[in-house]
Amino acid sequence: MNLHRILRLMKKELIQIRRDRRILAFLFVVPVVQLFLFGYAVSTDVNHVAMAVLDEDRTAESRALIRRFTASGYFDQVAYLSGQREIDALLDAGRAALVLRVPRGFGHALARGRGAEIQTILDGADSRMARVIAGYTNGVLRVYGGEIVQTRAPRARLPAVDGRVRVWYNPELKSVYFMVPGVLCMVLFLITMLMTALAIVREREIGTLEQLVVTPLSAGELMLGKTLPFLLIGLIEIVLTLLTAILIFRVEVAGSIPLLFALSALFLMTSLGLGIFISTISKTQHEATLSSFLCFMPFILLSGFIFPVENMPAAIQGVTYLIPLRYFLEIVRGIFLRGVGMDVLWPQVIALAVFGIAILSLAAARFSKRLG
Amino acid sequence: MTRTRGEAAVTISGLVKTFGRFTAVDQISLTVGRGEIFGFLGANGAGKSTTIRMLCGILAPTAGSGTVAGLDIVRETEQIKTRIGYMSQRFSLYDDLTVTENIEFFGEIYGVYGARLARRTAWILAMANLRERQDSLTGELAMGWKQRLALGCAMVHEPEMLFLDEPTAGVDPASRRRFWELIYAAAEQGVTIFVTTHYMDEAEHCDRLALMHRGRIIALGTPAELKDGYMAGTLLEVRAEPVMAALERLSSLPAVREVALFGSALHAVVGGPDEADDVRAALDAAGIRVERLAPARPSLDDVFVALIEQAERGA
Repeated sequence: MNLHRILRLMKKELIQIRRDRRILAFLFVVPVVQLFLFGYAVSTDVNHVAMAVLDEDRTAESRALIRRFTASGYFDQVAYLSGQREIDALLDAGRAALVLRVPRGFGHALARGRGAEIQTILDGADSRMARVIAGYTNGVLRVYGGEIVQTRAPRARLPAVDGRVRVWYNPELKSVYFMVPGVLCMVLFLITMLMTALAIVREREIGTLEQLVVTPLSAGELMLGKTLPFLLIGLIEIVLTLLTAILIFRVEVAGSIPLLFALSALFLMTSLGLGIFISTISKTQHEATLSSFLCFMPFILLSGFIFPVENMPAAIQGVTYLIPLRYFLEIVRGIFLRGVGMDVLWPQVIALAVFGIAILSLAAARFSKRLG
Repeated sequence: MTRTRGEAAVTISGLVKTFGRFTAVDQISLTVGRGEIFGFLGANGAGKSTTIRMLCGILAPTAGSGTVAGLDIVRETEQIKTRIGYMSQRFSLYDDLTVTENIEFFGEIYGVYGARLARRTAWILAMANLRERQDSLTGELAMGWKQRLALGCAMVHEPEMLFLDEPTAGVDPASRRRFWELIYAAAEQGVTIFVTTHYMDEAEHCDRLALMHRGRIIALGTPAELKDGYMAGTLLEVRAEPVMAALERLSSLPAVREVALFGSALHAVVGGPDEADDVRAALDAAGIRVERLAPARPSLDDVFVALIEQAERGA
C-alpha cells in the first residue's frame, strides 16, 4: 500500500466530481429535496380529517358531542347531512373520511342516564389512515363519556385505572421527526453506493481502468482511492442533511452527533462495499445504475424506513435481519429521537460491523479478481 | 537508464493463454532486442492484445514463460509495471482533467514527483506540442493531440520499454506520421517499442515483424526478409482492361494460386516467373487487353494475405 498513490487517486476523483455539474447537483440537491418530500409531502400525520355529520337527534346533547369532535383539532366538519341516503354518495366521492351519525334518541337516553349509541362510518380504503381516525374517534368519545358520568352521577364509582397515553421521545408525534433520520440513512446509502459504482464503471467504460491496471497501482490502492472520496462525500451529506433538518425542520438531535458520524462511517463500509460489488457486475454506467436501484428498493422497503418492521409478516421480519440498513436506521433513530448511546445500540453496531466487513471483503476480492 | 547492451528486452518461450476452451495464444516464442521497434501484426482476435497483456503483467499465462526487461512475467509483474509504458488504442486519458493534470496524475502514480515531474511535464508538453494548450481540458483536444499526450503519459516515468496497442487507430495520416516520428525518436534513445498495428505502411517502419494468426506466430523477420523469403511462388503485377473480367479469368486459371485487386492493378501469385507467358496468353485468348504483366516485389500486404491463406489451407 502506497499512501501517496492513494491520495493522488483521491485528488483526481475529487477534481472530477468538482467539474461535473450533474454529479454536484445530485450530491447536494438530492438530500435537501428528499427531506422536503418526506418531511412535508409524505407526512404520515393524520390531521384535518374531513368529517360529515348526520344529526338525527338535534338535541343539546348531540350538538355538544359534535362540538367535541370539531374542537379536538383533528376533525374538520365538511358537510351537514339531512338523511342517510347522502352518506354513500359522500364517501364514494371521497369528500369525507368519516361520517358521524347521531341517531334519534341520543339526548333522551343520556338524560335518562342510559347508554346511548352513535354510529361512525369510516372510509377504509386507506386502512392505515382509517385505523388512526378510529383511534381519534374513540379518544374523543372516551373523554366525553367520562365527563358525562362525572356530571350526571357524581357519586358513581370512577374507573380505578385512568388510562392515558403519554408519548415519549417525539411528544407531538410529528412524522417529520421520525422521517428525518430515515431520509438521512436513505440519502447516505443511495448516494455512496451509486456514486462508487458509477465512478468505477465509468473508468472501465472509457478505458482508463485498463490504463491504471498497467501502472504500479495495486488493486487495493485503486479500490481505496476510488472509494475514500465517497466516504468523505457521505460524511458531507450527513452534515448537509443535519443542517437542513435542524435549521428548516427544527428537528433536535437528542443524542451524540460525533457518535452519529462514527457509526455512519461504519455503515459506509456496507454501502461502499455494495458499490464496489455492483461495479464488478456492471459493464456500463447504465447497468450500474439499474443494479443500484435493484439493490436500493428492497433495502429501503425492508429496513423499516417507511413500513415498520413490527407490522411485517413474521417471515419477512426474519428477512429484515439480513438488511444492514435496518440496523443503521435503528441506530440513527435511536441517536436522533431517543438520545441513546453505545450502551443501548451495541447489538446493532455489532451487526452493522459484521455485515460491513463481510460485504466489503467479498466485494474487494471480486474487484481484485476482475481486474486481472 | 541502466541497460545492458545486447540483452534482450523481451523473451517469450512457449507462451500459451486459454480462456475456457478457446486458445487465444498458442505456443508462441520470440525475442525482442533492446532499442528495437518490434511490430506485432494480425487480425482482430489473432491474440496480439492477449500477448501484450501477458507481457505487461496484467494477465497470467496458462503455460510457458517470458521476461520483460529481464523480469519474469509471472513472478515479477509489479517490478515490470514500473519499467514499462503502455498505451492502448482507446487513448485512456481523463477527458475532464486538463493536459497538465493528466500528466501529473500519471506521473505521481508512477512515483515521479517534484523537480523530476516538472521536468518530465515540460518534456511531454514540448514533445506533444501542447505547451499552449496545457490548461485545456483533454476532452477538447483533437485526436492527434490526445494521442501524443497519451504517448507522453505512457512515457512520463521514462520507461525502458513501450507497449503500444494499435496506437494510431482512427487518426489522420498526418498525425500518424508525426506519431511515428516520436516513436523513432524514443527508439533512438534506446527505448524498446512493441507495437501492434493494422496499417502496412506502419509495419514497414518496424525493425522486425511478427504476424499472428489464430494465436500462432506464422511469420517472423524484418520487413525485407518477409517480402523476399516467405512467399512461395512469384507475384505478377497485371494491368488489364476490363479489370473485373481479368480478375475473373485469372482466378479460374489453375496456374494462378491467388489473385487480388490492388488499386487499379491485379496481383496474381503463380508457381514461377516462367508461367507469366501462359497467363498472358490466357488473358489474350479471353479478349482482355493486357497493358502490363511483369513479376513484382510483393508488398507486406501480399505476403500476409498469402501467408494467412496458406495457414488456413494447412489448418
